[in-house]
Amino acid sequence: MTAIDPTAHLTAEQIEELGRELDAIRDEVIADRGEKDAAYIRKVISAQRTLELVSRGVLLFSIFPPAWVLGTAGLSVAKIMDNMEIGHNILHGQWDWMRDPKIHSTTWEWDHVSPADQWKHSHNELHHTYTNVIGKDNDLGYGIMRVDEDQKWHPFHLGQPLWNFLNACFFEYGIAAYDLELGKNLNKRRRKNPEFRARAKAVGRKIRKQVLKDYVIHPLLSGPSFLPTLAATFTANLVRNVWSHSVIMCGHFPEGVQVFERRSIKGETRGQWYLRQMMGSANISGSKAMHFMTGNLSHQIEHHLFPDLPSNRYAEVAVKVRALFEKYELDYVTGPLPKQVFSAWHRVVRLSLPNKPSKPNEKPTVPALEREPELVAV
Amino acid sequence: MTSTALRSRAWKLLEMVTTPLLPSDYLDLVSPLRAGADLRGRIEAVHPETGDAATIVIRPGRGWRGHTAGQYVRIGVDVDGVRLWRAYSLTSPTNRQDGRVTITVKAIPDGKVSNHLVRRAKPGTLIHLDHPTGDFVLPKTKPAKVLYLTAGSGITPVMGMLRDTEFDDVVMVHCAPQPHDVIFRKELHDLVADKKLQLTEVHTDTDGILDIARLDELVPDWAERETWACGPAGLLDAAEKHWSEHGVPERLHIERFRPSIVVTGDGGEVTFSTTGKTVDADGATPLLDVGEGAGVLMPSGCRMGICFGCVTPLKAGAVRDLRTGEITEAEPGVLIQTCVSAAAGPCDIER
Ligand code: FES
Repeated sequence: MTAIDPTAHLTAEQIEELGRELDAIRDEVIADRGEKDAAYIRKVISAQRTLELVSRGVLLFSIFPPAWVLGTAGLSVAKIMDNMEIGHNILHGQWDWMRDPKIHSTTWEWDHVSPADQWKHSHNELHHTYTNVIGKDNDLGYGIMRVDEDQKWHPFHLGQPLWNFLNACFFEYGIAAYDLELGKNLNKRRRKNPEFRARAKAVGRKIRKQVLKDYVIHPLLSGPSFLPTLAATFTANLVRNVWSHSVIMCGHFPEGVQVFERRSIKGETRGQWYLRQMMGSANISGSKAMHFMTGNLSHQIEHHLFPDLPSNRYAEVAVKVRALFEKYELDYVTGPLPKQVFSAWHRVVRLSLPNKPSKPNEKPTVPALEREPELVAV
Repeated sequence: MTSTALRSRAWKLLEMVTTPLLPSDYLDLVSPLRAGADLRGRIEAVHPETGDAATIVIRPGRGWRGHTAGQYVRIGVDVDGVRLWRAYSLTSPTNRQDGRVTITVKAIPDGKVSNHLVRRAKPGTLIHLDHPTGDFVLPKTKPAKVLYLTAGSGITPVMGMLRDTEFDDVVMVHCAPQPHDVIFRKELHDLVADKKLQLTEVHTDTDGILDIARLDELVPDWAERETWACGPAGLLDAAEKHWSEHGVPERLHIERFRPSIVVTGDGGEVTFSTTGKTVDADGATPLLDVGEGAGVLMPSGCRMGICFGCVTPLKAGAVRDLRTGEITEAEPGVLIQTCVSAAAGPCDIER
């Protein structure tokens, strides 16, 4: 947490200019979007399906250890592809422009226990609109953790390294509970709300189907390989969960990422919205393969600026975005995966304890990017 | 247990295996044209007809139910990565031995799909199909005398008829700017040589637009003929008037390719309630364009009011038909064609 607003040197005009420059980057990609991009997502989808099919096939013989290893590895990768590069991005509407009803945010369903439509609401709508705004964006610690000094400490937070670890292992269930806003909805009155009940039922149905497939049907189909297949699917889910949890933690939790006060977004202009996304997200650097396996969420900054641009374009967009960060003297938070994961975990552990008493010449909690709305009104 | 019940049980089990996908998602990887799949076709060849028209040979998937001569089919083609649907008349005879069908497409200026099909479509490409439809068809009992009155690409449904059914006495009057613009010219002239057709070509660049009154001189017995006419709105309007004035409107069958816009309304705020989008629309823009402009997934086809591929429930408010000016108000079960309807005040489209 910085006590000093890292964007204080920008004038209101500069911020709007920055917004226009970002809009131009976006328009360029949209004008150029076409056949090649469509071919890309189709290829990824069929590769994922082939890989899943082959891996499940190999697992039928998972009683033999090499088949177990191979099948489990393949299935883990297939599940990661399904959730990250394919599911997350399609559900963002990144491919809606193709007007293919089979690859469309309104029809897609993913290999995940949270039904697509519920996830779209909490993720696309809430998290992406109110990115890193304390009290509005529950992705900040998923409502169970304290990830910023500005959040109030409670003895409950002492356990958060453990919660975070468990959340990583069973991430998809965590997300489902989170999308349902279980914490808030489980109290006596809300529990009975018909709308909540319907959504909870939908989650129940989805969980039943997913569990039946992974832990009953496929193991049964494997006959003598029942137990190894069961273990393989469990492992693949675990790998996928830990991986996606790690990638997602790197998007907003590493040191250097800013959070915002609720009142700071009142009357926010387009430029300010962009700026908040820039300061509230962090990237992961690495190889093409790594970007692919993170579903290009390694380009979290670009994704938050342009959540509906096709993911295969983030890499080229990143070059231009980074140049803007330099031009406006802003800090582009990025680093290799291990470093970012460590940084995020470090923050989780550090903030499980109350804030250290501040030094006398430092204001304890200056909200980042605090603005007076009337001063920036255009 | 009956075999159908058994099969549906097996299918249910298979769905459990593939959830959240469907078994067909995997089958599509290997066999997109199989029976039971969504209807698709594969382009097998593209034959140029004129400078701006080409015939596309399509092998339809196993689910294809065949067509009647004169009908059209809606096809979905990916152009620059975007799936666009248009309707085209089938030009192949209904009994073609190899099971292929053809459409003949004329590239219209700025036409995304038509230009793509004529100039860029490649054999091997998968396209999406609907079942053929349309009632611009021949009757079961053969009329003794037939007149085909066509202009430009209006010849395409008629060519499907000509190739399909032989009549004893067929006259055709066809309009095109110049001789080399006449689609199927060689084939037509062969039919003439074989005495199977009497043909009058009107070359509008030199002869001017066909004056319907000239029919008396070109086809003196036109009023006795069962007539199928297809072409631009001007020609068809004139024909409709001419046939009515002579008291034989029932002899005339027409197919309109383009809506003629009569009235423009006032527009209003359009809500696409399923998607939760709201936009302001003027009274002249089709709701289909309005929806697509707002990023709503709108079904579409011909975009000119003939295929009903765009029908969508109107949940609230009123729309105006751009062709007739007719106002349609929301009621349970009311469907509107979004491609030829514009907002006539605030309305709610279920999309
Ligand atoms: S798209 Fe064909 S009738 Fe509207």
